[in-house]
Amino acid sequence: MAVRKNQADLTATEKRNFVDAVLELKRSGRYDEFISTHNAFIIGDTDDGERTGHRSPSFLPWHRRFLLQFERALQSITPSVTLPYWDWTVDRSPRSSLWADDFLGGDGRSGDGRVTSGPFAFSGGKWPMNVRVDGRTFLRRSLGTGVRELPTRAEVDRVLAMSVYDAAPWNSSSDSFRNHLEGWRGPNLHNRVHVWVGGQMTTGASPNDPVFWLHHCFIDKLWADWQALHPSSGYLPTGDTPDVIDLHDTMKPWNDVTPADLLDHSAFYTYA
Amino acid sequence: MSRPTRRQVLHGSAAALAGAVLAAPVAFPGTAAARPVDGHRDSAGAGRTAGHEMPDPFDEIYEGRHIEGWPADDEGSHDGGRRGPGGGGEHRAGPAGPHEGMDFVVRIDNDDLHVMRNADGTWVSLVNHYETFGTPRALARAAVRELKGADLVPVVTG
Repeated sequence: MAVRKNQADLTATEKRNFVDAVLELKRSGRYDEFISTHNAFIIGDTDDGERTGHRSPSFLPWHRRFLLQFERALQSITPSVTLPYWDWTVDRSPRSSLWADDFLGGDGRSGDGRVTSGPFAFSGGKWPMNVRVDGRTFLRRSLGTGVRELPTRAEVDRVLAMSVYDAAPWNSSSDSFRNHLEGWRGPNLHNRVHVWVGGQMTTGASPNDPVFWLHHCFIDKLWADWQALHPSSGYLPTGDTPDVIDLHDTMKPWNDVTPADLLDHSAFYTYA
Repeated sequence: MSRPTRRQVLHGSAAALAGAVLAAPVAFPGTAAARPVDGHRDSAGAGRTAGHEMPDPFDEIYEGRHIEGWPADDEGSHDGGRRGPGGGGEHRAGPAGPHEGMDFVVRIDNDDLHVMRNADGTWVSLVNHYETFGTPRALARAAVRELKGADLVPVVTG
């Protein structure tokens, strides 16, 4: 059984294996397919139309499936690799080891925001921005400038205490656990972390920054944590809801997997 | 201009994004292919966001960039010809035009910036997708600051 670990607990070898597998996916072109898919759903998911990947109940199962697919792609290169998660309530500084040269590399430089250190720096030649929303071809970050502080543990706990998974109108205005975790309402959790990192992470092509996977792995863990706290609260909605994914509806782009299939993460991996 | 404008790419997004297929065949939500007839919107294009005033058009130079925006429903109307080198005619390509699914058109130096209105009446763009703005003008100015002089490009793969 795969075990997903806190990135702060990875050994040097585990970090190297993760980074090397990511770079190999990039080299082969498979990495960019994930960026394109994410961006397509960002554009297509609307509050008053069809919505699957974002601003809707299936935000969590959609990303769970998306991460599983990415993790399996990494494992096709190095079988021992699993996704690490970034607990940004603890590792909340640009000086965190997350941003060290042996892992994701550092903050962007002043001026143009270019990341100049680590495996994903433009100068290394291994991390081109092939799927992008503007002309810049280098990875950018601007840690802590778009918003000053990452969410706190107290803010996370406040959201985890909400007992209803999701609620009508099943979009970015819902008063629910899912929407507060996604960040459109309440203390702004998931969305704020994208803004805190800055650079490509603020765009629809956010998986251009590999921290995307570590961020969403923590979001996925928080969903599992919420389930453990609220064993009698299930995924909603359960049926006949226009434009959104009900419990037993299949999700694009896979069309063969439903939220119900993904509710129990321990069928696929566990969190350390 | 020989390179495609952003609006052309948005129009062709279903085809362009076919390269994004990870598993099974895909019909992307919100594209012309996936939703040829949008039955969820009222005639004002507002759907559940109805009740929020549609912002006024704007046209200004901000930090050296030409930003402009107008309600998508104005497309092809009397003053469409003022917009961009291609004129207004190409704004409507049929029942599902290049800005199908969009409430408001925003352009920076004549390149389209994909924008979306949230249920609460705020706005997000493809450049700043995880934070909301009160008006498309504020969104466009934020995008200019984020771009730092870079051009918007149609989403390029490969």
